[in-house]
Amino acid sequence: MEQQSLGQRLHIDFPLLFAIFVLCLIGLLVLYSAGGQDIQLVYRQAVKLLIAFVGMIMIAQLSPAILERWSIWLFIFGIILLVLVIFYGDVGKGAQRWLDLKVFRFQPSEIMKLTVPMMIASYLADKSLPPKFSWVLMTCVLILIPVLLIAKQPDLGTALLVATAGFSVLFIAGISWRLLMSMGVLAAACAPILWYVMHDYQKRRVLTLLNPEEDPLGAGYHIIQSKIAIGSGGFYGKGWLKGTQSHLEFLPERSTDFIFAVFCEEFGMLGVLLLLCVYLFIISRGLFIAINAQNTYGRLLASSLTLTFFVYVFVNIGMVTGQLPVVGVPLPLISHGGTSMVTLMLGFGIIMSVHTHRRFLSF
Amino acid sequence: MAQETILKNSEHESSLIAKRVYISGLIILLLVLMIISRVFYLTVLEYDHFTTLSKSNRVKITPIPPIRGLIYSRDGILLAENKPIFSLEVIPEQIDDVDELINQLKKIISIEDNDIKRFKKSLKKKRRFENVALRLNLNEEEAALFAVNRHRFSGVDVVAGLNRYYPLGEELVHSIGYVARIDEDDMKKLNASNYSGTTHIGKLGIEKSYESLLHGDVGYQQVEVNAQGRVIRVLDRTAPKPGENLHLTIDISLQRVAIEALKNKRGAIVAIDPRNGDILTFVSSPGYDPNKFVNGIDTKSYKALLSSKDKPLINRATQGKYPPGSTIKPFMGLLALNNGVRNLNDESWCPGWFSLKGHEHRYRDWKKQGHGHTDLHKAIIQSCDVFFYILAHELGINRIHQGLSKFGLGKKSGIDISGESKALLPSREWKRKALGQAWFPGETLIIGIGQGYALTTPIQLAKATASLASRGNVVVPRLVFSTSSSITNEKKELPIKTEDKIIMNNERYWGDIIQSMRDVVHGVSGTAWRSGLNAKYEFAGKTGTAQVIGIAQDKEYNKDEISEEFQDHALFIAFAPVESPEIAVAIIVENGGGGSKTAAPIARKMFDNFMNKILVNKG
Repeated sequence: MEQQSLGQRLHIDFPLLFAIFVLCLIGLLVLYSAGGQDIQLVYRQAVKLLIAFVGMIMIAQLSPAILERWSIWLFIFGIILLVLVIFYGDVGKGAQRWLDLKVFRFQPSEIMKLTVPMMIASYLADKSLPPKFSWVLMTCVLILIPVLLIAKQPDLGTALLVATAGFSVLFIAGISWRLLMSMGVLAAACAPILWYVMHDYQKRRVLTLLNPEEDPLGAGYHIIQSKIAIGSGGFYGKGWLKGTQSHLEFLPERSTDFIFAVFCEEFGMLGVLLLLCVYLFIISRGLFIAINAQNTYGRLLASSLTLTFFVYVFVNIGMVTGQLPVVGVPLPLISHGGTSMVTLMLGFGIIMSVHTHRRFLSF
Repeated sequence: MAQETILKNSEHESSLIAKRVYISGLIILLLVLMIISRVFYLTVLEYDHFTTLSKSNRVKITPIPPIRGLIYSRDGILLAENKPIFSLEVIPEQIDDVDELINQLKKIISIEDNDIKRFKKSLKKKRRFENVALRLNLNEEEAALFAVNRHRFSGVDVVAGLNRYYPLGEELVHSIGYVARIDEDDMKKLNASNYSGTTHIGKLGIEKSYESLLHGDVGYQQVEVNAQGRVIRVLDRTAPKPGENLHLTIDISLQRVAIEALKNKRGAIVAIDPRNGDILTFVSSPGYDPNKFVNGIDTKSYKALLSSKDKPLINRATQGKYPPGSTIKPFMGLLALNNGVRNLNDESWCPGWFSLKGHEHRYRDWKKQGHGHTDLHKAIIQSCDVFFYILAHELGINRIHQGLSKFGLGKKSGIDISGESKALLPSREWKRKALGQAWFPGETLIIGIGQGYALTTPIQLAKATASLASRGNVVVPRLVFSTSSSITNEKKELPIKTEDKIIMNNERYWGDIIQSMRDVVHGVSGTAWRSGLNAKYEFAGKTGTAQVIGIAQDKEYNKDEISEEFQDHALFIAFAPVESPEIAVAIIVENGGGGSKTAAPIARKMFDNFMNKILVNKG
């Protein structure tokens, strides 16, 4: 038997842990500034982070084999919760509905961010890859059920992330390029239908993106103010706690979804480059773990979770810099807020589990 | 062989997956480059553009609070207005040395230590770019003085605002209430965006219950501000929608007659128009000055109000709970007639006391020697207690409770201000629940003369009197009868609210009781005959004297021996004119002694005032 390293025994991947830790520290620093120097806010966020860390380490103790066995049941459980949300959402209206759903609305859809890739990965893992057409079809159905349920809530941001998580498994599993292209064409053809189904405020967000100046008082105001904050930061930034634009102006959700604007204003282009380096390190570590995983399930799952993590970063920054529509996607591990952070950390826990439960046969 | 295929496949799979992972990595790198180029474009290439936007002239959206609606009396007198005031406000972000600034400002404008204390306190709470008031209520001279020196103080400005003011002060505080600064509790409940520019909110009375109408809707303006935070020009403006004006049912001249009558006394007077529930008079004495509360009352004055023996903060008209005393007798009489317990001419013998069979206890009449042979008419006009002991005993508590409930006793009147007390109309169930005891027959007897557990509020008593006056039509009392738009002046009448009509088995009963109540005032032996002398119109009433403390069996009530706070409450209910009532009133003078001596003359004064106006109007 080979001597196991400390990380192997504790089931912790130290490079990943270190990078996540750095990211969280940056997050707390920016949050202090964005939240109007409210130390209580930072304190509460730190407590949530701590809880999420514990969750991550606990998940990492479970071996991928266990996760694979649980996948289908967790998936079914999540779907039931989502259906319950729809059911209760129709019964109660007004403020109470919101309260009732507060417990339910975020949790099932958040869980789906993990259970959908787990389900797809376990479905494809025991088949020979690349997947056949019928399997791809089945996979699409498995992905679209939760995605549509979540989009109906409506929570477009989460629906998008769940879809990404699912389809990224399919992509990694080696779906043929021809099939990928035709799916893309099909999606494009469906876009008008999507437009028809979208809520007014969602349509407005897309329209606003195309022409922010049109509605400077309403929806376009976010993007205009956010761009001014980022742009006025310059290359070196105005310095920590010295961002005037994001503090002075009515920059909404500046400690949650738009926190990147605050970061840019205070730390400038240089800060962004450093931040992206940390993100890229985490992502490359995740992909490295995926490639070196021992079985197909681990490979598919680890790479999907990593890719989803990147999509968070990309969609959030794209939205704050005015390149993508405003959908509620937080900047991972920086934005204030509990639920998505916990899911992200659990995701890292799974990645660590894939990496640290490998068995080496000694010949 | 099969084994080999699987192994081969597995190898093939892992290389396939690895290939896809590399492709993903490549795509990620491309997208990250896209992000970098976008951020580069914004922060480096467009830096000047955005810096200009950010630093020199920035666009700011500021809320414009709506102007609060005014409140008028029925006769058109302004009761709540918005007075322009100036305050000196500071933007902390633009001040390097706050103490130095205050020293400089002190040279031109008086700033007291109190102001500085309050300023420094709110400085900590607010964001660095938000205005903080240093001095409130600048007079015009001070505002002008600052305007001349304004160039020396960047980050400081005189801001004009409106301040709620109640010209009649304490005369109407119990109905109108007041506004005060929005506190943290309010913040939780209100619509934050609609109140984004608002500093005050209704805390009591009409100001509170009609808050949503009075407040209006917030407006916004998009302004360009310079580096000092001063507004350079307004780019765009969405006007606020001012609050609605309210028109009260209160008749100020009548209100003042009532206030005058209760001067230096504790008590309450409510007058209602039985036709529509309009509250013509609403007095709880003593009052207090609502203007002190608008910008925060100082602790010393507040403590003085709280600890005052006269309890001015209590709204006696809706929260004061008093035994109804003999004013309950006309209602008891109606119940007896309607339930067939008594005919109008049935007589009882009153020897000056009454005892239940097999009991020693003597329930006494106020008239020691007794009223002799007494029928219902005589029992009401002379307020014979023994007659009503017997009557109540015959009715029983269940029928009393059911019948009096219909008149609204023991229930909230539904007046359009909050904080009303239900008072208490006792029943068997109530006693079992509240005290865990069975009901005793003796307790029914004293309910018959409005003592014992029975408690009413003045507003309840006035509402019940109005219902009796209008022969069973129950209207919900209201303080506001119409609203008007402050833009178009268009008036909108509020609906009259009614409750279930009280039905008598024979309509004649109403007339019988009303006739007796008329004779209380106009009859030769009526308890309030003095108050009815030489009236140009006829009115009906009933006196009441409510005991505050029990008198022992062998003792007599002696006014001079008892300290003021234990002396009887004086009550009077009345309405006028008898035939087609337009006003019903309930008067309670705490520790005022006898109802006929203290309370009834007040009703006469009020009716004189009210009926004079009607007679003048009719020509």
